[in-house]
Amino acid sequence: MDVEQLEKKAIEMRKATWEMIYRAKTGHTGSDLSCTDILVALYYKVLNQTPETFKNEDRDRYIQSKGHAVEILLNILADRGYFPKEDLLTYSQFKSPYIGHPNNHIKGIEMNTGSLGHGLALSVGIAKAAKMDDKDYHTYVLMGDGEQAEGSVWEAAMAAGSFKLDNLTAIIDHNGLQITGKTRDVMNSEPLKAKYEAFGWNVVEIDGNDMSQLVDAFDLKPIQNKPTLILADTVKGCGVSFAENKAEWHRKVPTEEQYKEALDVFDKELEERK
Amino acid sequence: MSEEKARKVGEVICEQLVDAGKKDSDIVVLTSDSRGSGSLVPFAKELPKQIVEVGIAEQDLVTISAGLAHSGKRPFAVSPAAFLTMRSIEQVKVDVSYSNTNVKLLGISGGNSYSVLGSTHHSLQDLAITRAIPNLEVYMPCDQYQTIGLFKYLVKSDKPAYIRIGKKALNNCYDNPEEAFVKPGKANVLRNGKDIALVAMGETVPEALKAADLLEKQGIKATVVDLVSLKPLDTELLSKISNEFSDIYTIEEHSIYNGIGSAVAEVVATSGSAKLHILGFPDAPAIAGTQDEVFSYYGLDGAGIAKNVEKSIS
Repeated sequence: MDVEQLEKKAIEMRKATWEMIYRAKTGHTGSDLSCTDILVALYYKVLNQTPETFKNEDRDRYIQSKGHAVEILLNILADRGYFPKEDLLTYSQFKSPYIGHPNNHIKGIEMNTGSLGHGLALSVGIAKAAKMDDKDYHTYVLMGDGEQAEGSVWEAAMAAGSFKLDNLTAIIDHNGLQITGKTRDVMNSEPLKAKYEAFGWNVVEIDGNDMSQLVDAFDLKPIQNKPTLILADTVKGCGVSFAENKAEWHRKVPTEEQYKEALDVFDKELEERK
Repeated sequence: MSEEKARKVGEVICEQLVDAGKKDSDIVVLTSDSRGSGSLVPFAKELPKQIVEVGIAEQDLVTISAGLAHSGKRPFAVSPAAFLTMRSIEQVKVDVSYSNTNVKLLGISGGNSYSVLGSTHHSLQDLAITRAIPNLEVYMPCDQYQTIGLFKYLVKSDKPAYIRIGKKALNNCYDNPEEAFVKPGKANVLRNGKDIALVAMGETVPEALKAADLLEKQGIKATVVDLVSLKPLDTELLSKISNEFSDIYTIEEHSIYNGIGSAVAEVVATSGSAKLHILGFPDAPAIAGTQDEVFSYYGLDGAGIAKNVEKSIS
């Protein structure tokens, strides 16, 4: 897919996620919309992985450490054909495997996540295994910026630098907000760039809601012996104007009025891109 | 019982892991600055590409192990039991148990074996938490033969497990690995006696045997059960003895809460008629002393167990 197609796909996925959350009356809406472009770039452009090759040893791995943004991940996996889209009608219902955090009983999900601060260390283990076995696959992990307050993140950041894991790319969905308010006010983890660099990482700063910048960042050749961090500045709630940059939308379900309003905008945007 | 001299379980494990690691390069050992106390220096020398040092970072130790296991490795994560089962327990729950990764968690210097180092280094609640976690087997070998048998199973097994070992050299309770470790969930009856039953695991097994000897001199004949695995639990055998005996004594190097006594109580209360006596560490930081002194103080050595039995059935 080229950048324009990816941008259109991102609108489709935002729309599908918006519909799913409204239908299920649950979901981390602002978090999903924040990282949508990152996940679209990964799943439609970057990862050498398909439903058919998901169990192959040489597939690229994706770990979603910010597991709460599961609705966008599920919609993308369904769209890519990992499971039927109709399955998502059971999202958050009795006995459904499609629950509020990634569940590895679902095809396409590598590991269970949801408790923050685990994904980076999981990815270190996966990337380290590739080094031990001389395998070429690449490991990608998405974290939140609020998640950077977890001590285990820094244990793993240290290990990734020490192990010289240039086959590992972490992305921070850097939207500056978490459930209580501004990340800087809740617990200031900045400056993230300087911190990761001090831990032996190569850091690339981009606009994480700009598809061409995302594609370019993922295209960069890793620096030898250094893990890469893509510090992706994003907007929480991106794509739904009234939800943008508002901490309260971290886990808010739209009202009927809000639902229809945003749906109209998505439809118009898709119409314009036909 | 074999006459071979007492051996440190850690050294026996290292031999087993070196042996298995030479045959299977996916066997990896992860340490948190703990290769020395884990007796794993020979492994690091023999198989340097199969050991991963994570530094003093026990949470990461477990999660990195889970990541390695997800990519086909068979990791043994080695750290003092006190840290592995408390500092890292959420990682055990989520990344090992819930994600179902083939990680073997080896808790070294477990129970009271760090003795005078104090409560920071004691793991007297580890069985309580690990046995409550689904999809996690729990073992505590009592001598070199059981360790050998257990590790021959573990290096092939695809299931997560927690294994707690101590520091001191252990005398033999068995003659060979095959009788010492039969399979998960299979307890062993080490001695048959008609009067009372002693149920032990790990380092309290030899003490239970000593107690049985002392009791015999008093005319009390004791059955001695080595649980071998706390999870899965041999509920069949426990159910049987809970109907055969009027008094059962559990002896554990663990808090009296939620450990071996509690596990046995769950069976006795639901399917038996015996009265259960739970011998273990009280609900308080352990007193300072060598492990032997502390066992004696709390009545967990052979003499203490025998005394407790005599008192309670007289």
